[in-house]
Amino acid sequence: MNEQMAAYDGNTLAGPLSEVFAIEVTTAAGRCRSCGTTSEVATFRVYGPGPGFVGRCPHCEDVLLQLVRTPDALWLDFSGVSALRIPMPTDAAAETGR
Amino acid sequence: MARAAIPGGLTVRRSWRQAQILERRPETASASTLAFEVTGWPGHLAGQHVDVRLTAPDGYQAARSYSLAAPADGDRIAITVQRVPDGEVSSYLADEARDGDTVEVRGPVGGWFVWKPEDSGPVLLVAGGSGVVPLMAMIRSRDGVSPTPFRLLYSVRTPQDRIYDHELRRRGTEDGGLEVTFLYTRTAPAGETRSVGRITAEDLLRHGWPPEVEPTCYVCGPTPFVETVADLLIDLGHNPTRIRTERFGPTGP
Amino acid sequence: MNIFTRGFRGRKRDSTGQLPPGQYLTNDFPVLSAGPTPRIPLDAWEFLIATEQGESHRWSWAELMALPAESVTVDVHCVTRWSKLDTVWRGVSLDTLLADIATEADFAMAHSYGGYSTNLPLEDLLGGKAWVAYEYDGEELAPEHGGPARLLVPHLYFWKSAKWVRGIELMLQDSPGFWEQLGYHDYGDPWREQRYQGD
Repeated sequence: MNEQMAAYDGNTLAGPLSEVFAIEVTTAAGRCRSCGTTSEVATFRVYGPGPGFVGRCPHCEDVLLQLVRTPDALWLDFSGVSALRIPMPTDAAAETGR
Repeated sequence: MARAAIPGGLTVRRSWRQAQILERRPETASASTLAFEVTGWPGHLAGQHVDVRLTAPDGYQAARSYSLAAPADGDRIAITVQRVPDGEVSSYLADEARDGDTVEVRGPVGGWFVWKPEDSGPVLLVAGGSGVVPLMAMIRSRDGVSPTPFRLLYSVRTPQDRIYDHELRRRGTEDGGLEVTFLYTRTAPAGETRSVGRITAEDLLRHGWPPEVEPTCYVCGPTPFVETVADLLIDLGHNPTRIRTERFGPTGP
Repeated sequence: MNIFTRGFRGRKRDSTGQLPPGQYLTNDFPVLSAGPTPRIPLDAWEFLIATEQGESHRWSWAELMALPAESVTVDVHCVTRWSKLDTVWRGVSLDTLLADIATEADFAMAHSYGGYSTNLPLEDLLGGKAWVAYEYDGEELAPEHGGPARLLVPHLYFWKSAKWVRGIELMLQDSPGFWEQLGYHDYGDPWREQRYQGD
């Protein structure tokens, strides 16, 4: 495999991020602080899992997030994302129990 | 999701649940389907995955992600595991695990690479090797529930590597609106007219949907495969926002 | 709550004491990365040592090649638990590079092409403990392993041996690098199993 290529994508982060967030985050869209491109977390180019996960912008390759799981902590740096839009169920949907 | 109260009023998410193995069934020489019972399983969407965690006697833990192979079915879930050379988790699951053993699972997770029967529009599924697993969950969840037309292109090395071989061929005949095409990269069965080789734009044109139809495309398998197919689809004129990808990692076909 | 998985052992981890605690022996040379492999043409490559006073000392590739080099055989230990014994490298000692540099700094940050960084005490770069290595196993260092040149500090976990190294920044105060900011240990002694902050 071309070593230029990230081995994974943000789908891989769904499990680790579920330990922190109450809602699904891989469908969230994040704006890259470097280049301004907005991409779903699921499309981030992900390196790892060792020593930790690094999620990079599919457009400019800059670091969007880093995640490390230690025995007693989860470290998360989302600072490469300037804003995150997380889809939420509407009130109507919440009422129907979806 | 189960929670535990700790002093101070904070609740701690309990991510990992016990999953008891119900049965293990070989699919190919290197892949097996494992069915588990997970008490209180909340259900899941086709395309989602679980993380499976194993713990050795000295406390060492290893975890890997596996796509759910079948639609939600009460407390029963299924994954299909491809044995990876020197893979400590896949070799345990594919070779060592016995009925009644328990492992830990976290999930279901992954809300982006999913297909729901209420989604509209034709669907293109492109699988490389074990990438067929989440796409099979989509095919199985469509059965009898949705008339949405599906076309699956499944790239494998040889006929012996076709996971869900019989079921896919049966469904390709019986499930209305599902077309299944196998593509071979190393050895093809007798009578196959396509030359062996990696998937090409022509394969996608011939067996996929034209871009005007605006299909939702799901591409899954080894990372080089996924990147190649996604590029081919875009070059053919498919809208990048309608292409969903899941990269399984570096091991190539 | 942990539950032991019947019949699962994982990779064989050493209990004889030959390896640091929690490590297993590998014959491979795993490639771990935090980003795409940088490609640096040798005529653009530069190694820079910046002191806490703001003084810069630079070497081009040709100048690095002109410095006395040594071949060393060392064991390397990755925090992801693999260890590789008797690895052979060739490079320039940091003692040589730091020889004429006046500094009061106690700490260093290694910087890499591609943006990676890692911090360590300056004294851990001195006394024959660290090199800018450009050959591995008798061949030019491959890009996926950090070529054209990487830092080699084998007495610490291998994430301190920054691939694609482009310089050292001398610091009066310690400051965490790429992984140290995310919970990895500021020092990283494998024999004391200093993997994470607080270990």
